[in-house]
Amino acid sequence: VLGTNRKIDFDEVFLPHLDAAYNLARWLTRDPADADDVVQESFMRAFRFSAGFQGGDSRSWLLKIVRNTCYTWLRKNRSRETSYELDEEQHEAVSGDPEAILQENIDRQFLRKLLEGLPPEFREVIVLRDIEGLSYKEISSVTELPLGTVMSRLARARKRLQADAARATQSGVLG
Amino acid sequence: MNCEDAKPLLDSFADGELDLVNHVQVEAHVDECLRCDHIYRNRAVLKNALADEILYFRAPSELRSRIRLSLSESQTRSPITRLLKWRWMPAFATAAILTAVLLTTFAIYRDRAVDSENLLANEMVSAHIRSMMVGDTHLMDVPSTDQHTVKPWFEGKLDFSPPVADLSQQGFTLIGGRLDYAGGRAVAALVYQRRQHVINLFVFPNQETGANGERLLVKQGFNIVHWTRSGMTFWAVSDLNAAELQEFAADLQS
Repeated sequence: VLGTNRKIDFDEVFLPHLDAAYNLARWLTRDPADADDVVQESFMRAFRFSAGFQGGDSRSWLLKIVRNTCYTWLRKNRSRETSYELDEEQHEAVSGDPEAILQENIDRQFLRKLLEGLPPEFREVIVLRDIEGLSYKEISSVTELPLGTVMSRLARARKRLQADAARATQSGVLG
Repeated sequence: MNCEDAKPLLDSFADGELDLVNHVQVEAHVDECLRCDHIYRNRAVLKNALADEILYFRAPSELRSRIRLSLSESQTRSPITRLLKWRWMPAFATAAILTAVLLTTFAIYRDRAVDSENLLANEMVSAHIRSMMVGDTHLMDVPSTDQHTVKPWFEGKLDFSPPVADLSQQGFTLIGGRLDYAGGRAVAALVYQRRQHVINLFVFPNQETGANGERLLVKQGFNIVHWTRSGMTFWAVSDLNAAELQEFAADLQS
């Protein structure tokens, strides 16, 4: 809970999560300048709402605001990207084929392009888990999704990413 | 545990997010199932690749400074804090003090004016009641219906000469005059009558030169009309109804 000197307390509690905020915003907007704007707006919002912060996990609290700000921003500026409804089952491609073996030394910039190509709902769970290192519980708190949904969505997101990687490798796009 | 049960749990297993029972069971299954072990290994490779520092976007230092600046600005930018900013304080304080002084002065002035009128009205009513008391012979020092008898009578008794009007034509009969004391000074009291109602008209000089309109007051059941004219203040007090008392006042001023 923030004390009487709100500004100093706010800086101490939330500024350490600036990188986490920027990383998420950057992955969701896929543009450095847009990420700058979204993060700055998120911090202003967080500051305004900080009276409602009841203590506890300040990183998740901040990331929730960043995520909401990102989606508001995306709806306003790139409505095309969030226009489709994510069907949880649609991506459950029942394939009898075993997954292609992922190369240990997969090119990181290639991987980045693949991840950026995922729908934001898939992208965000991978970013929060594998890049930011949040627990399922923390992801559930940031995305406001039930724990079970976080679990299944993460599995589908990785499967999709893995399949995209295999397809690109097979068609020689790797580079 | 078979593949059907294990497959949905492989990611959580790779993430170390399974409870102990499930973890042990999936681990055992992966040990003996090549297909699930293959998926699990793929997840481990993917996770390892994603954890690469290259894929973590750190905030530029300019953004950090910009946010710090915005935060300190947003502290001072709220309307209230902006109004209370130090540089505006002297102006605000001065304005506030001036307003307070003006309001207080006005209130005191107004209250004093109202108070002095009230105080004087009370004295007039007391004088009127005293003059009417049974057995009191002081209603009139000079019982006379003749203004030319009453007016000279005041000479030498007062430092002013009260106007004495004959209003018998208008139905207000002059029945006499006397000296009285009100408002800290000797005043002329002219006694008129209409039917059974006695009217005490108190007259004394006033510093104000202009004419003040009639004011009608009611105290202790008596009607009071007072006005100022040509440096004289007039107070008419009676149990006569207000309309007739105002008629009396109007006749005196015409």
